[in-house]
Amino acid sequence: MAIETDVAVETFDLATAPRRELNARLHALAGVADPQPARWRVVNPSGAHALAVGLDAPVEVEIDGHVGYYCAGMNKQATVRVRGNAGVGVAENIMSGTVVVEGNASQSAGATGRGGLLVVEGDASARCGISLKGADIVVRGSVGHMSAFMAQTGRMVVLGDAGDSLGDSIYEARIYVRGSVKGLGADCIEKELGDEHRDEVSELLAAAGVEGVDPGEFRRYGSERKLYTFHVDNAGSY
Amino acid sequence: MCGIVGLFSKSTGVEERLGEHLGAMLAQMSDRGPDSAGVAVYRDPAPTGASKVSLHSADPDVEWGHVRDGLARAFGGDPEPEIRASHAVFVVDTDADTAQAWLREHHPELRIMSAGERIEIYKEMGLPSDFVARFALDDIRGSHALGHTRMATESRVTTQHSHPFSTGLDLCLVHNGSLSNHNRLRLELRREGIEFQTDNDTEVAAGYLTWKLREGLSLEQALEGCLDDLDGFYTFAVGTADGFAVLRDPIACKPAVMAETDDWVAMASEYRAIAVLPGAADAVVWEPEPAQVYIWERERV
Repeated sequence: MAIETDVAVETFDLATAPRRELNARLHALAGVADPQPARWRVVNPSGAHALAVGLDAPVEVEIDGHVGYYCAGMNKQATVRVRGNAGVGVAENIMSGTVVVEGNASQSAGATGRGGLLVVEGDASARCGISLKGADIVVRGSVGHMSAFMAQTGRMVVLGDAGDSLGDSIYEARIYVRGSVKGLGADCIEKELGDEHRDEVSELLAAAGVEGVDPGEFRRYGSERKLYTFHVDNAGSY
Repeated sequence: MCGIVGLFSKSTGVEERLGEHLGAMLAQMSDRGPDSAGVAVYRDPAPTGASKVSLHSADPDVEWGHVRDGLARAFGGDPEPEIRASHAVFVVDTDADTAQAWLREHHPELRIMSAGERIEIYKEMGLPSDFVARFALDDIRGSHALGHTRMATESRVTTQHSHPFSTGLDLCLVHNGSLSNHNRLRLELRREGIEFQTDNDTEVAAGYLTWKLREGLSLEQALEGCLDDLDGFYTFAVGTADGFAVLRDPIACKPAVMAETDDWVAMASEYRAIAVLPGAADAVVWEPEPAQVYIWERERV
């Protein structure tokens, strides 16, 4: 994913041009077969919100610094790399493509994500992967409380620890944690780590560029399927 | 929604430009709180035996000279006020409780915003950027400061409903969030003799801290008490004579970010308020943990 030096990189300076112009130019590439410029470097983000949101083109965007809320939200196809920390809701509702945060991510990272991959190289705080709907999340550090709350499908790999109430009211998402879990949420239980799960962890670690970590060190967590919604007798209530 | 900022200087360079930095931070938080703004600044300690009082007048034609003359007659000295917009700060040659009692009796039309040795509070309705200009924050030097931009959700937009709220001598509170048990708690605190000026929820949190501190608890213990006794959402920043403290509720829906360099420690609702500080790009930046008290204080020489 590193930018090759022989390919032109469009540099966009947020100290001199407005964020809406950046997003408008990136949006103009949606649906274009061979979008140009395909590589972008955004400088002076200064914690601004909603940077590189709603992209829908196979472009690479590097943001050089800390970003505010909802960076790379709703991402499709694009690769967005934040060379800093991210505020609330990074890669919220990601559809496809890859979002990498080199620092820490604030709460609700990857919330409701439906596809693609979010990698947080530092820690993610509370509610990481809340209501996950199919995306993959790899966190090299730890995640805060209520992570994967009501996660429906998708996968979350945490190399560090997880906070309280992990996977509360989880549906069919799969959670792998290497470190300690402060507490499991309602209906979330530890499950056996089989060969297919080790393979799954290996695949996700490789996709996130993590090397030298034994997938056997992880524990798997998922739904016990005992909550009200899992009882067929209650199906008629909806 | 509201915005909180705090800045604690670790170098004379930051101390000399404290107000300018604070104003820049507040302006960044304008869209989190466009209806009112306020700051608490800690600086220029009153001489031993004297105290400093910040006053607000709703009357734009107030004659502060009249107040000064009365204070001089009562306590001696030359309590020349420092006037900023609707506020004036007096250094009175008596202790803070006596000064406040005198002011309440002789000038009930004025509102006491803060009292203590170092604290000054300024707050007013309107856009934060207008507030910064109107109160000439750029001129202010000081050791540390807190600021707040308000978007009211549960009570009226007035100067009195704005933050910071004084919580005792040299203490103040700013709050992002909302409390749901403030009516019951206000009744209980009134029975303990705590006075309230508004129906604002944050004022109840301030009163709660005042009460706990009066009962002899440390600031850390008083803040830990909030975790049990306050129901709602909050990120609090509390200013003290020597620094500030930060607390987020256990759910931690309300944002907070902290940062530190060799020259300063800062907290804010969002990083963009910290990005305006010198050297921010190289600062250590972290998100305070839920339900954990953070306290930064300078050592008194």
